[in-house]
Amino acid sequence: MMDMSRTAASQADYVTTANRGFAVGGPILELEEISLRFGGVNALTKISFNVLEHEIRAIIGPNGAGKSSMLNVINGVYRPQEGTIKFKGKRLTGMTPPRAARMGIARTFQNIALFKGMSVLDNLMAGRYLHSKASFVEVALQLPRARREETENREAVEEIIEFLEIQHIRKTPVAKLPYGLQKRVELGRALAAEPKILLLDEPMAGMNIEEKQDMCRFILDVNDHYGTTVVLIEHDMGVVMDISDRVVVLDYGKKIGDGTPDEVRSNPDVINAYLGVAH
Amino acid sequence: MSDFNFFLEVLIGGLLSGLMYSLVALGFVLIYKASGVFNFAQGAMVFLAVLSFVGFMELGLSFWAALPVTIAMMVLVGMATERFVLRPLVNQNENTLLMATIGLAFVIEGVAQLAWGVDVRRLDLGIRDEPMPWLADNFGIFVSELDITAGVVAAVMVAALAVLFSTTKAGRGLRAVADDPAAAMSIGIPLQQIWMLVWATAGVVALVAGMLWGARSGVQFALVLLALKAMPVLIIGGFTSVPGVIVAGLIVGATEKLAEVYIGPYFGGGIEGWAPYMLAVLFLLVRPEGLFGEKIIRRV
Repeated sequence: MMDMSRTAASQADYVTTANRGFAVGGPILELEEISLRFGGVNALTKISFNVLEHEIRAIIGPNGAGKSSMLNVINGVYRPQEGTIKFKGKRLTGMTPPRAARMGIARTFQNIALFKGMSVLDNLMAGRYLHSKASFVEVALQLPRARREETENREAVEEIIEFLEIQHIRKTPVAKLPYGLQKRVELGRALAAEPKILLLDEPMAGMNIEEKQDMCRFILDVNDHYGTTVVLIEHDMGVVMDISDRVVVLDYGKKIGDGTPDEVRSNPDVINAYLGVAH
Repeated sequence: MSDFNFFLEVLIGGLLSGLMYSLVALGFVLIYKASGVFNFAQGAMVFLAVLSFVGFMELGLSFWAALPVTIAMMVLVGMATERFVLRPLVNQNENTLLMATIGLAFVIEGVAQLAWGVDVRRLDLGIRDEPMPWLADNFGIFVSELDITAGVVAAVMVAALAVLFSTTKAGRGLRAVADDPAAAMSIGIPLQQIWMLVWATAGVVALVAGMLWGARSGVQFALVLLALKAMPVLIIGGFTSVPGVIVAGLIVGATEKLAEVYIGPYFGGGIEGWAPYMLAVLFLLVRPEGLFGEKIIRRV
């Protein structure tokens, strides 16, 4: 089950075991020639890449490179003018966020989008929305199915709470939590849906080193423990390079690099985009 | 008749009409929770619903035939409102949405009167507006049968809505949509379906409220003013709280009747009309989020 694409040395701090719960498989998501325009602005130009099952795939790039647009295309917030998206080999059309969620694509947002009036527990329970089937009448009369479902959802949520080490804040309204914890709760809500693919939009933005390391550990654990495929966006190269299997680099809406962290790091176009070209 | 019995009679009468206020206010809460809109057209929807119901009966439909037809019509009105008024205004600020619902109120009132005329109608539900014999004989308390029936119907509706909001899938979805639409969609909650459900339910609530009020005071244009009666209930109960408006409805109902009977004479009577608003102003001073409203938390 050894994953060859990881460089052991750079991950020593984060990876708990050399073995990983799920070996990287075939392509689960394929993006082909995606172009997205807003009016006359080209947000994305002919971008193609794939995501393999169980891998951790990063999308990096400087500000305004089109990273968030890319994520928004994947879960149906934006519809690209050109290009196709395939999920498990099937071509997707007319994608919307709720449809993406039903297919098993969960996400977090760059500017945390939690249900601020609700407690941590309720936020995670909301994440179980698609796992609730009982009808209005069944809930009203507390029929067996409604009660069983409530118990199952509750158990699933408790497991995630334990997993993310947020037991102590489970009843706290999320608006009262510090930023780093809110990010963790948002990850928890996405996990509560038991997604196949997890899209993380700058999960480490605005965090201090310690919080970043925690978040890295959780992302690796999620991938290892649940086999969740992770697509994450980062602005900052450092930490992401350590936890990703493969990295796509965008700049001005175009793909300028794609490969393992080492390949990307030595790619001259990427170096130019990040450090500027010497004139 | 003893003073205490008289007090009970006034109190019960007040609580029963209070339940009916709760019902009207729930129509507001439903929509406010889901889309953050204060639906100014709720009163107009009450008017349209009951006027159409009476209208269908005048066309020859029986009570039990007119009921589903009117319910279907109100569901359609609710869905159309979502589709043609709210959806194009998605992400606009709440003042814009409020203005849209004010406009909608005029449209609905106009259409209702254009279709069914402007005469005051009587709605006979076949329940006598006379004291219930059992209560009168055993306890010496005189409360109208119509009031009791209306109270019971309102209580059942309110209870059903409370369940709908609490732990059902739709209720969870609704709370999530109200809190953060983008996040709600990302966890698979279909925004537009939830909105349609909410507006359709608000339409049905409007019909029931309209029938209860119409049976008591006639089916007439004044029913649109019920929306104003719901204001103090909403302020006291909190715009987002189902249990809040239930309790607040009871408080408002009891307060206005008791105030009228016991304090009214000092002011020359007629204080029923404004006593609830005074109470609402007091609440605004002391507890602006309402009895059970969500505390407004702001991080600085």
